[in-house]
Amino acid sequence: MPSSPNDEVAPQPAGIVERLVRDDLDRKRFLRMAGSAGAASFGAFVLAACGSSKKAGTTATSAAAPASTTTSSSANTGDLAILNYALTLEYLETEFYGKVVASGLFSGKVGSLINDFGHQEMTHVEALKGAVEKLGGTPASKPEGKFPITSATQVAELAYTVENLGASAYLGQAPHIQNPEVLASALAIHTVEARHAATLGTLVKKPVTPDGAFANPADMSTVLAAIKPFLA
Amino acid sequence: MATNRLSDSGQNTLLNPELAACEVHGITRASFILRGTLAAGAVYGMGAVAPFVSQALAETGGGDAEILNFALTLEYLEADFYTVKGKQVGLSGQAKAYATLFGAEEEAHVSALTAAIKQLGGKPVSKPTFVFPTTSESTFLALASVLENTGVGAYNGAGPSLQSKAVLASAGSIVQTEARHAAAIDLLIGMSPTPNQGFDRPLTKAEVLAKADPLIKM
Repeated sequence: MPSSPNDEVAPQPAGIVERLVRDDLDRKRFLRMAGSAGAASFGAFVLAACGSSKKAGTTATSAAAPASTTTSSSANTGDLAILNYALTLEYLETEFYGKVVASGLFSGKVGSLINDFGHQEMTHVEALKGAVEKLGGTPASKPEGKFPITSATQVAELAYTVENLGASAYLGQAPHIQNPEVLASALAIHTVEARHAATLGTLVKKPVTPDGAFANPADMSTVLAAIKPFLA
Repeated sequence: MATNRLSDSGQNTLLNPELAACEVHGITRASFILRGTLAAGAVYGMGAVAPFVSQALAETGGGDAEILNFALTLEYLEADFYTVKGKQVGLSGQAKAYATLFGAEEEAHVSALTAAIKQLGGKPVSKPTFVFPTTSESTFLALASVLENTGVGAYNGAGPSLQSKAVLASAGSIVQTEARHAAAIDLLIGMSPTPNQGFDRPLTKAEVLAKADPLIKM
């Protein structure tokens, strides 16, 4: 895949999330920092509520609930890490859709949907960058992706996979977000990723609700491992 | 179900300088992160998020159990709509398949929310009686679209008010499913699967009640 001509010639320092994808040690440190303590309780409440687990729900409720929303710098650090992680995913999605649109594999109604989705991912990038800056952080740099683009079916199936991953990534982070406005933004984006995934599911004749009634979250290390093949 | 003081829309409060100066969790509304987020987002229709957050935080009196009870009412409504009304209307093809699948998933949400409310020490609301003004497949699907999209906005609106992160994780898991339902239904009836473009606008309780109340038999 040829690199874009307006990419800077000098090698860019890799974005933090990109570096994490490449470096397992960094990743472990980062995940600790980002507050993976609550990860084990993801879904525990739903499972408990469904009767699959007896005590997990109550334990998780008391253990995971923060005393109050905080604006301390440590909370900002966690939110910034999450926002930059989301930004990296959105950059990849945007680049992917850009290449799909450029491929000309889709036209008509489906082509217009793909075009819309790509545009929406781009608005996510802009919003996340703005949020990182507002929190006083530095937005992650744009990673360079590589995506196999061979046929309409293959691309639609890949898009379905990517959108499902994106939706599960946001769902996985929601309980870790400290700042209520950041959370509101993440939720507003999360369900759009879900809508994209469901739409693509109908196109490739795959389930619109692959996890059934309760969508599964994915933690950061799972998602970062899954996107590794798509980083150039 | 009574409407409450949250009935003014987010847009109005955004323009109200008195409210704009309110402090929410130590953050001045005017300095909301989302304002910055929405320097980009305003163009794309995410403008109502920030005002909602402050409204939502202002209504946390009842706590998580109350919020979940509100969600439970909506899930009762959706489950009844798909399983009972769907049969009465006599659906076919994809509409029938969706109603069967989505109805079962909404019933699973009802069970999960009922159990969660009990775990929080609350009392689950009982199932209301519903009236759905639809007699054909096309009007059924149009109402399904309204219900699912309202559900998405309702959960997204309530999310930041939830105190328990475990409850938030559960609500997130449910709302993702609602969004998937909404997109599938919207595609089936030739509407955009992303009616709010890149950002699903959170709804206030009053906005949700405006959609749900007419379907609840008093």
